[in-house]
Amino acid sequence: MRFILRRLGFYLIAFWVSITLNFLLPRFMPGDPVSRMFARSQAQMKPEQMDQLRKMLGVDDRPLWEQYIDYLHNLFTGNMGTSISRFPTPVTEVIASQIGWTLLLGGTALAFAAVVGNLLGVFAAWRRGGAIDSALPPLLIFIGSFPYFWLAMGALYLFGVVLGWFPLRHAFSDTLQPDFSWEFVSDVGAHLVLPALTIVLVTIGGWMLGMRNTMIATNAEDYITMAEAKGLRPGRIMFRYAARNAMLPSVTSFGMSLGFVVGGALLTEVVFAYPGVGYQLLNAVQGLDYPLMQGLFLTITAAVLLANFLVDVLYVRLDPRVRVS
Amino acid sequence: MTASLASTPTDPAILSPQAVTPGSGKYDDDSSGGSDAPGGAANPGGSGVSGGRCRATRRSFTQGLLTNKKALAGTAILLLFIALALLAPVLFPDNPSKITGMASEEPSAEHWLGTTAKGQDVLALTIHGARSSLLVGLTVGLASTLIGIVVGLASAYFGKFVDEALSVTTNVFLLLPGLPLLVVLAAFLPPGLGTVIVVLIVTGWAGSARVLRSQALSIRSKDFVAAAVVSGEGPLRIMFREILPNMASNVMSTLLGCVIFGIGAQAGLEFLGLGDVSTVSWGTNLYWAGNEGALLTGSWWVFVPSGLCIALVAFALALINYAVDEVTNPRLRKIRAPKDRVPKTAAHKSGSSHSKAAQ
Amino acid sequence: MTISQTSFGSHEPVLEVRDLTVQYIGDVRSTTAVDRVSFDIGVGEVFGLAGESGCGKSTIANSIMRLLKEPARIAGGSIRFGGRDVLAMSQEELRRFRWQDVAMVFQSAMNSLNPVLTIGEQITDIFTTHAGFSRKESLRRAGELLELVRIDQSRLKAYPHQLSGGMRQRAVIAMAVALKPSLLILDEPTTALDVVVQQEIMAQIKELQRELGFSVLFITHDMSLMVELSHRMGVMYAGRIVETGKAHDVHNNPHHPYTQALMGAFPPLTGPRVQLRGLADGVKFTNIPDLEEVGPGHYAAPVPATSVVGTTGTTGTVGTGTPGATAPILEGASR
Repeated sequence: MRFILRRLGFYLIAFWVSITLNFLLPRFMPGDPVSRMFARSQAQMKPEQMDQLRKMLGVDDRPLWEQYIDYLHNLFTGNMGTSISRFPTPVTEVIASQIGWTLLLGGTALAFAAVVGNLLGVFAAWRRGGAIDSALPPLLIFIGSFPYFWLAMGALYLFGVVLGWFPLRHAFSDTLQPDFSWEFVSDVGAHLVLPALTIVLVTIGGWMLGMRNTMIATNAEDYITMAEAKGLRPGRIMFRYAARNAMLPSVTSFGMSLGFVVGGALLTEVVFAYPGVGYQLLNAVQGLDYPLMQGLFLTITAAVLLANFLVDVLYVRLDPRVRVS
Repeated sequence: MTASLASTPTDPAILSPQAVTPGSGKYDDDSSGGSDAPGGAANPGGSGVSGGRCRATRRSFTQGLLTNKKALAGTAILLLFIALALLAPVLFPDNPSKITGMASEEPSAEHWLGTTAKGQDVLALTIHGARSSLLVGLTVGLASTLIGIVVGLASAYFGKFVDEALSVTTNVFLLLPGLPLLVVLAAFLPPGLGTVIVVLIVTGWAGSARVLRSQALSIRSKDFVAAAVVSGEGPLRIMFREILPNMASNVMSTLLGCVIFGIGAQAGLEFLGLGDVSTVSWGTNLYWAGNEGALLTGSWWVFVPSGLCIALVAFALALINYAVDEVTNPRLRKIRAPKDRVPKTAAHKSGSSHSKAAQ
Repeated sequence: MTISQTSFGSHEPVLEVRDLTVQYIGDVRSTTAVDRVSFDIGVGEVFGLAGESGCGKSTIANSIMRLLKEPARIAGGSIRFGGRDVLAMSQEELRRFRWQDVAMVFQSAMNSLNPVLTIGEQITDIFTTHAGFSRKESLRRAGELLELVRIDQSRLKAYPHQLSGGMRQRAVIAMAVALKPSLLILDEPTTALDVVVQQEIMAQIKELQRELGFSVLFITHDMSLMVELSHRMGVMYAGRIVETGKAHDVHNNPHHPYTQALMGAFPPLTGPRVQLRGLADGVKFTNIPDLEEVGPGHYAAPVPATSVVGTTGTTGTVGTGTPGATAPILEGASR
């Protein structure tokens, strides 16, 4: 329990840091948003409009701490401001309409890569020098060396443009209305394959190698020898004794890797024009939609922190030793 | 972005016993004398380094790397790219962005890798692109590793409050999702190569600090460091002369990881159009390829070369990294089948089938 | 009933090890950890193996259960258990043989227990795998087993780290006798424990042995413990057995200078004070010959002068100089 509370405290600090960072960035960075928008509008903006913008962004002449308190107050009442590129839709609404797609894409890819990668790692370590152990690691390291977006481009080109097996862009066909019909769900599935596959391909090698190396270390432990001496069946030794212990570091890196998956998903979303938060974040940056951009960043951060906290809770369930200490 | 996942955890426990037991040679000298030495028989996988002094370990580390095929292949690829980057002005003296041919030409004798939609030579763009990509990658890698070393050593040496504060900061930075932070930071800063480098260092140092801190901590707890403290050596000397040399291989693998991160993240940032799109780099090449619809028009030759180059460099670095792991952690090495060394008796047959089972 | 138990009452030994040779294959050179070792263990007999760390005792233990891992290899010899050739067993035969016929208590109880499974789970999987009991029945029996070694049933739900060192080792012993094996290998079962707990554990083992009647291969470097518990014993040095016989004979009348030194290295608890003596600094034996009979059932390796190498200039006093021992002449190389 103390472990959980400690972690919770840590995540709160991390969240506070990201909020504060978000608050300070537009105020201290050389490129002040309003003057950039002014430049973008080719000096067509009137001074009143600029003042209005400043007010909307919460950047005005009041003392910094007052702005900060205001900012925090707004945030905790669920007010992230109004999107500029989609005026007058509130930022929260824009995000809410998109986060589902990212969760779908990132979640599917992450779960698949982690499960399959870890299983491959278990088998590779169990049969040292076997087919899986000799062939896959170099291959997967090589595939993992490609940038996400480049693999995404390659997949799009090969399976989308040349072979025409999968749709090229977006999360579902324009002709369909979102509902829970079989037609729509399968359409979403077809749109999901290529982006998810890209993320899986890049990340699976890391999972496999990490698991393989910890498994090799675990296999040298006395309790594995004891399990063998006990005459248990190989499958039981492999999973209940070796993998069950070797997965603990994997669980920790699961949390850590969430941030990278979000990053990878962002690039993949951009290539496939997949309507998730990553794609939206880039659009917001390009459209100088600062409120939306900041809202998205905070949301992504909060999601990553929350997921990490859930992983910690899971870890406590998996490792009895942290429950007491 | 792929680097942090692909870099494999090194087991600090493997490295330390050999590296940090000065003056334990007395009995080792005895037991390594006879071929049937009981001491050696009991602990075959253990420290083979008699006398276990740091220098001997480092020499065998370098030697191990030099004889490792993965390390050699990685180094060869890397050197090839560095040579290309250095020779770019000689090979293609013109500005690579200059339009030298028709739009979207397929690879031909004149343009080996074809031309872009604008009519630029893809080969020239690719080779010139290596300069910016390698420069940024190396700069970011070196700077992140340096910060990591300082933070790690300070954490380990001072401990207590300093360690607590530094490790919370590190972990917070590690948790903030990297690419979104990059994107937001890049959006606020004026575009340019300097921005890209600064932004990448800000988001990249935490990973190296975390790894190096834990290694430095384990070395900090060794007796010889305690001895140095007692004998009145200064903090800087202890950190950089006593602790740092003993984590050389960790520093190396961290550096490699950081360079991979730097190259990949720069490419990602530039692909998103958040770098300086007027410079020529692998990332901007891909940005333009995407922007000009190379994918949809089927001009694969425009986006394949730059991506392949990024992958090859990252792969080369990962190979070296993997080799460092293998050299420092003997358990990860490939098991050789030593059939020729054992007399082929009936008993051996059963022995070998059993040892397979034991795995 | 397994085959092994049919040998009860016959004169056939439970375990026969003949010329066992184990090598560790290295990149540069290979070392012979166990060199042509032979011994028998009879039904209900406690056989001790003594020797310094690294002399090959544990390697023998692991060979018997075929638990050696790379780079160790059995390079020659045979191991027969109840008449069956252990080295020729198939994977499945081997799996059934393990724990049902031979069980083992490992050196460190903390490390030999899986940290993420409860004690109960680790006992029950023995029953579910080998005896085919239901989970409920297995759990009931696991509880009984714990009571047998005086641990409260409630501890079934405990994880290894929640038990004290002594309790963990007792739990491991409980696991070892779960299937009533005919041979129990104890590989330095008390090394990691303090003296008081050590006594408790040994008493526990003696009691179980009386009750269940299994044979024991007892490995330790603690001579007083060994003599106390074993019927017969062997002394190992550098992968070879240099002396074997009834425990009391070997103890009271050691022949090989190494045995003498080993006996001299432990203080007697009663009797007059004697000076402790070990093997002189730098003395080594090489090319140890085969054993010769020195008394009824008591064998020792002869010590030709060429088999002793002294690297320091010592006088010829090795061992305690017990009457009957051939005091070897040492080739002392002067410093």
